[in-house]
Amino acid sequence: MGCDTSRYAQVPREEKQRLFDQVTADERFGHVLYGCYECGICVATCPSARFYDFSPRKIAQATAREDVDLVYKFMNEDVWDCSQCFSCDKCPRGNSPGGLITILREVAVRNGLKTAKEALEGYGRIIYKIMSTGTQVAPDMLQPSAFPDWGPHVKEISENLPWWRRALPPETLHTTESSWDVSEKTLSELYLIWHMTGVMDMIQEVDEGLHMILMDVMEEKLEEAGFDLHPDGED
Amino acid sequence: MPINVHVVSRSSRKFERDPETVKGEELREQVLELEARGEWIVHKVPEPWITVKNKYGRDKKIPAGHTWHHKSCGQCGHIPGYSTSIFWLHRKLGLDYHDPRDQTSCTAWNYYASATSNAAAQAAVALRNFASAYQSGYYPLIHCATSYGHYKEVRAQLLHSRKLRDEVRRILDAMKRPFVFPEEIVHYSEWVHAMRHRIAERRVLDLSKIVATVHPACHYHKLVAEDAIYDPDVYGGQRTATVSATLQALGVTVADYSTWFDCCGFGFRHILVQRDFTRSFAVQRKIEVMKEEANPDVTVTHDTGCVTTLDQSQFAARAHSRNVGLPVLSEAQLCALAMGAHPYRVCQLHWHNTDNRALLAKMGIDHEARWREFEADVERLKNGEIEYLSWEDADA
Repeated sequence: MGCDTSRYAQVPREEKQRLFDQVTADERFGHVLYGCYECGICVATCPSARFYDFSPRKIAQATAREDVDLVYKFMNEDVWDCSQCFSCDKCPRGNSPGGLITILREVAVRNGLKTAKEALEGYGRIIYKIMSTGTQVAPDMLQPSAFPDWGPHVKEISENLPWWRRALPPETLHTTESSWDVSEKTLSELYLIWHMTGVMDMIQEVDEGLHMILMDVMEEKLEEAGFDLHPDGED
Repeated sequence: MPINVHVVSRSSRKFERDPETVKGEELREQVLELEARGEWIVHKVPEPWITVKNKYGRDKKIPAGHTWHHKSCGQCGHIPGYSTSIFWLHRKLGLDYHDPRDQTSCTAWNYYASATSNAAAQAAVALRNFASAYQSGYYPLIHCATSYGHYKEVRAQLLHSRKLRDEVRRILDAMKRPFVFPEEIVHYSEWVHAMRHRIAERRVLDLSKIVATVHPACHYHKLVAEDAIYDPDVYGGQRTATVSATLQALGVTVADYSTWFDCCGFGFRHILVQRDFTRSFAVQRKIEVMKEEANPDVTVTHDTGCVTTLDQSQFAARAHSRNVGLPVLSEAQLCALAMGAHPYRVCQLHWHNTDNRALLAKMGIDHEARWREFEADVERLKNGEIEYLSWEDADA
């Protein structure tokens, strides 16, 4: 993993420090980083380190020594290589480099970094699915164009989808657009969570178009369920 | 018969677990303390429960029945025979369960893939589901290892942060939902583990000639590791007993391989938008190593992402003449097959990618006849004779 930060030399130091401060201000931060023995166990267990120029150890060390330039570089590039498998929780110091990366990614998304937008290109349809249906990978996502490397088997599933879904004994699984049948009330409560916790604002930062589509889907259902998003009359 | 520790270590040293001396917090006690302080309700494991030992030798309660099934997006969406097999096992063991519509995904797959969420939202999603389970009267049994691991993260975060608890409570109040946390976070594979002898008693197939490797799911045994089940008789207590002990109870030979600790390559975002990594890792670090070192008939795992990744990644590798062609099943499906479940009506193996017909034949299943029966079911659906395949149809 390269540690060359010159690509981000034009980014003001204050901006890098602002983002770094958001990372350390996260309540989870104190539980994911305690220091580093430099033993390399996290790298040895890391699947991403085997295939990418990626090191959870360097990310943990740079954060621990408050190297804001290097952390900014990692936040823009390397964090998206992490598999989030948490094999690195094997750390004898008690660190969770994977947990640290979760926080770094979250700060990148919340602040709408250009690199975060790029990392999420092509991923919008999945965010749409989970946020609007309450389930992540619906049967109708099994399309040959989306999974060409899975072979003709995907085409066979997509062609037989309505019948094969009906051929499932559990009554909740007869759906094609969601993984199971989620009730309307349940969905409205999920939408309320996205709104009340600032997740919709995060989506707006990284994908304005997706934000508009989701708002269209959600607002009517929230209103029907009697949830008032603007109790003080704010727009 | 134990799975010998010498498989993983040449040392004869015995590791005695003493819950009084291990590092790490006992979070379940803290959950009960918050209830005593009136902060939340603790949803108690219903009787009868089965006691198992976790990684640090502490007792863990596994509910036998009366469970609220927290389904998995990936299982229900892309490998629906996985979820169906879990339900089928409950029905065959005569255990009461609830398959709710008032359930969302834990949404953690998306969170670990894209970070388009935050701790408050993730905790609110978890507690909304837990409230739904509590209000139904059934106890949550979690099908997905990522949900299981993530909910344990949420538990730790809630216990450590009053601010987070207050924020989640505010959201649940807006929904008029109770603020509830379960006494134990229980993964379905722990239920299978607890039930393995009852399942084995009902076995109708001889699996003594079947050799299997086990892939332990990362988010089961690495993410908040202490809740996972360990047993000194399974690899000397040096790796989780879940799945391995079940296979052993079924009479399957469990074969070891050197990369057992490696992840499958799922990667959360990688499986969806960067699969070159996923395919490479799954094939080169898992499937090929299993084939070269153990040459198993099947690899068995206990999570959504692992079944998907290990199974689907083999197709493209075949084009490159890699050493692949290893069927992948969840242990729930294998248990169901062993108890006589239909491979297509119940286990829905036609949703899997890697050819599993040789495995079925070796297990003594006439897969050609069973496939013809399933095709006839589909014809009945198409001509309107039946609207859906029922549980009775599945066992006909």
